[in-house]
Amino acid sequence: MTADQVVAELRSGMTIGIGGWGSRRKPMALVRALLRSDVTDLTVVSYGGPDVGLLAAAGRIRKLVTAFGTLDSIPLEPHFGAARRRGDFELVELDEAMVMWGLTAASHRLPFMPVRAGIASDVMTVNPSLRTVTSPYGDREELVAVPALTMDAALVHLNRADVHGNAQYLGPDPYFDDLFCEAAETAYVSCERIVETAELVKEGGPQSLLLKRAFVSGVVEAPNGAHFTSCVPDHDRDEAFQRHYAEAARDPGAWRAFTERFLSGDEDAYQAAVAAFHEEERA
Amino acid sequence: MSGTDARTGPGTGADSGAGARTGGGSGTGPGGGPGTGADAAVTRAEYCVVACAEAWRGAGEVLASPMGTVPTIGARLARLTFSPDLLLTDGEALLMADVPAVGAPPRVVEGWLPYRQHLALVTTGRRHVMMGASQIDRYGNQNISCIGDWERPTRQLLGVRGAPVNTLNNPTSYWIPKHSARVFVERVDMVCGVGYDRAAAAGPAATRYHRVPEVVSDLGVFDFETPDRGMRLRSLHPGVTVDQVREATGFALVIPDEVPYTREPTAEELRLVREEIDPKGLRDREVRP
Repeated sequence: MTADQVVAELRSGMTIGIGGWGSRRKPMALVRALLRSDVTDLTVVSYGGPDVGLLAAAGRIRKLVTAFGTLDSIPLEPHFGAARRRGDFELVELDEAMVMWGLTAASHRLPFMPVRAGIASDVMTVNPSLRTVTSPYGDREELVAVPALTMDAALVHLNRADVHGNAQYLGPDPYFDDLFCEAAETAYVSCERIVETAELVKEGGPQSLLLKRAFVSGVVEAPNGAHFTSCVPDHDRDEAFQRHYAEAARDPGAWRAFTERFLSGDEDAYQAAVAAFHEEERA
Repeated sequence: MSGTDARTGPGTGADSGAGARTGGGSGTGPGGGPGTGADAAVTRAEYCVVACAEAWRGAGEVLASPMGTVPTIGARLARLTFSPDLLLTDGEALLMADVPAVGAPPRVVEGWLPYRQHLALVTTGRRHVMMGASQIDRYGNQNISCIGDWERPTRQLLGVRGAPVNTLNNPTSYWIPKHSARVFVERVDMVCGVGYDRAAAAGPAATRYHRVPEVVSDLGVFDFETPDRGMRLRSLHPGVTVDQVREATGFALVIPDEVPYTREPTAEELRLVREEIDPKGLRDREVRP
């Protein structure tokens, strides 16, 4: 598939999960395709990074489920911050582990998972719909019932995949991409390179085969498709470009210029504009 | 992290020591060379490093999760001296068998700790995290989420990250590089990390594994060893006065009649910090010399 074909299968109002973590292995090419489409009014579930920032800046998010928004090497995500100050979207702010257990509950087709995290914190205050559950055993402990984070679609980016949807991470951390895919009705994976199935175990052990084809609806070959987030070992985070993004995000005029230069064409135009940006930086 | 860690504001997230990336070699300080520095006066940042290291004294075989540069140096110092069994990560997914300089990669990896395992490890309790705090109150409630009204914050920070899961499951200390009344507040705007009053009010599921051992700032060390669990001044870093701390704190601290000074680093500790762990002096970027 192409990224635009993936987005053509999405609808406004959907709940979409986005894999990766912060500014790490985000399916940025798929997010850029979303920006080119008219899909909007989304509920987004994400360990938030520039994926959330870009969608928030474009006004596509109605509700965000997350534990944080960060660019990692730059602590605060500027578009996320600005959208929050303006009250642009509804926020479901959960603890990092609560998100993991919410995804797990969804993938297990359970209504909730009991967790200790959240009790006594303002996560309970800002999410008045959160309920607790009391242990039926002798301890009678009262724990948080994290609701299942079921999604219509998941978007993730991995290092390698075959055309059937078997997909592999080659870096040190799988993040939660398998959970996102299992917790969603449909799941789309972009990858640095599509390879023959027989090639998959040549680059990493079988335990690096994170996604099983039964949980993947479509595969997109998108080299540098996590840019500007990291996708090791294929590429590191593009720190210079991320700094440029963050600076532009802090000023409306600069953001318009950024959008015109990098986000007004297709993915090839984006990658070419990024290459030109680095040429200028070197000059 | 991250948060786990995840890692965070300057130093609140999962990644420790983000940013600085040195080349391969670590080891003894290239710039310094033996002799230089070893006799120089102990800096404020070095007292802070020692105070942070002390948080992991007696911790045993648990994961030390430092967030921020000074706690990262402190955890490595503890591991190289009085707490040799600590587990340390590279700030991402690897457990390090050796103790490289801050920013340098480990030469030997002893284990794998991706975020999903890190979040699960928190609930085993075998971890002592030192997080940052944009706000902290007298009972140890901590905020890294936002400033102002949560619905429409005047300043959006990181979000709660892993503070709720951390504080209810494993010992959670805090590091505050710039002690001020804007950070040490009467009430935090959003409770991310749970303090003693909130845990007590919520009952046994909250208090069962809840512990906030200490808060280290650039002015001193603080704990909650008081009858009502209000924050107490435990030690002053040499050169700091009680009045200075009082003025920089937005609530009434418990101040004992006699306040000791934070202990002096040993000569070997100074050598380790200056030549092995932080030869580039990154500690001084977090705490003014």
